Amino acid sequence: MLRTALTIAKKDIYSELRTKQVLGTMIIFAGLVILVLSFAFDPANNTTKAVIPGAVWIIIVFSGILGLNRSLVSEQRNDTMHGLLVAPMDASSIYLGKFLANFSMILVVELVSIPFLFLLFDFKITGSILYFILVLFVGSFGFIAIGTFLAALASNSKSSEMLLPLLLFPMTSPVLIGVTQATKIILTNMEKLPTAIAWLQLVTAYDVIFFVLCFLLIEYVLEV
Amino acid sequence: MSMNLEREKAQLPMVDLAPVRSSVITKLLYGGMVVSMLAAFYFIFMYAEIEKTMGAVQKIFYMHVPSAWVAFLAFFVTFVFSILFLVKRKRIFDTYAYVSAEIGVVFTAIVLTTGPIWAKSSWNTWWAWEPRLTTTLILFFLFMAYLMVRQMDGVWDKKARLAAVFGIIGFADVPIVFFAIRWWQSKFHPIVFGEGPSQQGGGIAPSMLVALLVTITAFTFLYAYILHKGVSFENMRIKVGHYKEKLRERLEN
Repeated sequence: MLRTALTIAKKDIYSELRTKQVLGTMIIFAGLVILVLSFAFDPANNTTKAVIPGAVWIIIVFSGILGLNRSLVSEQRNDTMHGLLVAPMDASSIYLGKFLANFSMILVVELVSIPFLFLLFDFKITGSILYFILVLFVGSFGFIAIGTFLAALASNSKSSEMLLPLLLFPMTSPVLIGVTQATKIILTNMEKLPTAIAWLQLVTAYDVIFFVLCFLLIEYVLEV
Repeated sequence: MSMNLEREKAQLPMVDLAPVRSSVITKLLYGGMVVSMLAAFYFIFMYAEIEKTMGAVQKIFYMHVPSAWVAFLAFFVTFVFSILFLVKRKRIFDTYAYVSAEIGVVFTAIVLTTGPIWAKSSWNTWWAWEPRLTTTLILFFLFMAYLMVRQMDGVWDKKARLAAVFGIIGFADVPIVFFAIRWWQSKFHPIVFGEGPSQQGGGIAPSMLVALLVTITAFTFLYAYILHKGVSFENMRIKVGHYKEKLRERLEN
């Protein structure tokens, strides 16, 4: 199952590298979000520093949703979904493959956009970078895991671009609460590290529960 | 998707409807609802004592709490029928899940309206980002999204399948949301039943408790009645849809 999943992920990433459509859009969009944030919160003001940890997640969520939408809608548009479904593999490995592709794409976007955010807002990290990377990893995992699943669900609709955010935002609210709290503590106030770890545990629990749940239920979503 | 459209036509003539049940249950539920509602009015306005600090405003409590209970019950019913639908694939389960979710959204809207009215007089603020409020809000959005899934285009069994899946993960999400937000910030809501951690603001007078229980019973009857009515309406709608389709076929040929 893992091998077929990797094949699908590889296929997605190859086709993405050919066109560079989604990744480019996501990164440019992330830049635009940073721009809008600079209008909304005066970068010269010191209180703005308090918003930066949250801004990290605004960028990830908004640019993530663009990529999630594309990943399954393109299969539907080109009618290749049926091809994937008749291929000799489980529905869950399609999900896993899509998840891996989306996850690696969002990691690339984070890698590019977050340093830019810190640079442009002149944000000095006083906490630990290693923990920050861990939070990013765990948070993106949960967001993309449930996001891929809901994108598969929404791709059945003609207006999936409108439907997906409506499904995804309320569903991921525990992840978003957890990671924003943890990020705030880790980037600015390392004394409260145990609280941040507790948040991380909550998000990890969410990740595990929903990853398993999505794995079990994806069969029903991808049924023809 | 051209394939789906073809299927849509091929699927429709097949009629497998649960027969509309005899009206005995309807009458029973209606009678129970009316009697318990009247009893609830008596208990709320005559029997229960008036709260010391908040005064008559506190009466909205008897509207607020039962609505919240019905909303959660409705979503739980949706959850159960979603699972049943995925296992058994009978249309009637899907109809129950759908109607129940609709009722749940209405009652959540009632909770979210009565809540701020009460909050303004008791906490002196319309809204607080407090666990139960935020959870209810997120629940409201989740099941609005559920109804959006229902509005999708396509054949009913696809929509029903996707909605059932969403109903399941949506309901599974609720406890996690609640714990996350409870952890995030917890200030206001008194713990009315059981031993609260601080005991202050908690507790409820016996007469109020009786009134509350009566109201909860009344609202549960109301829910059961609406659910029953809603399902029979939905069945009629499906039936009319089938007749329309048959008529169209006859006109075309």
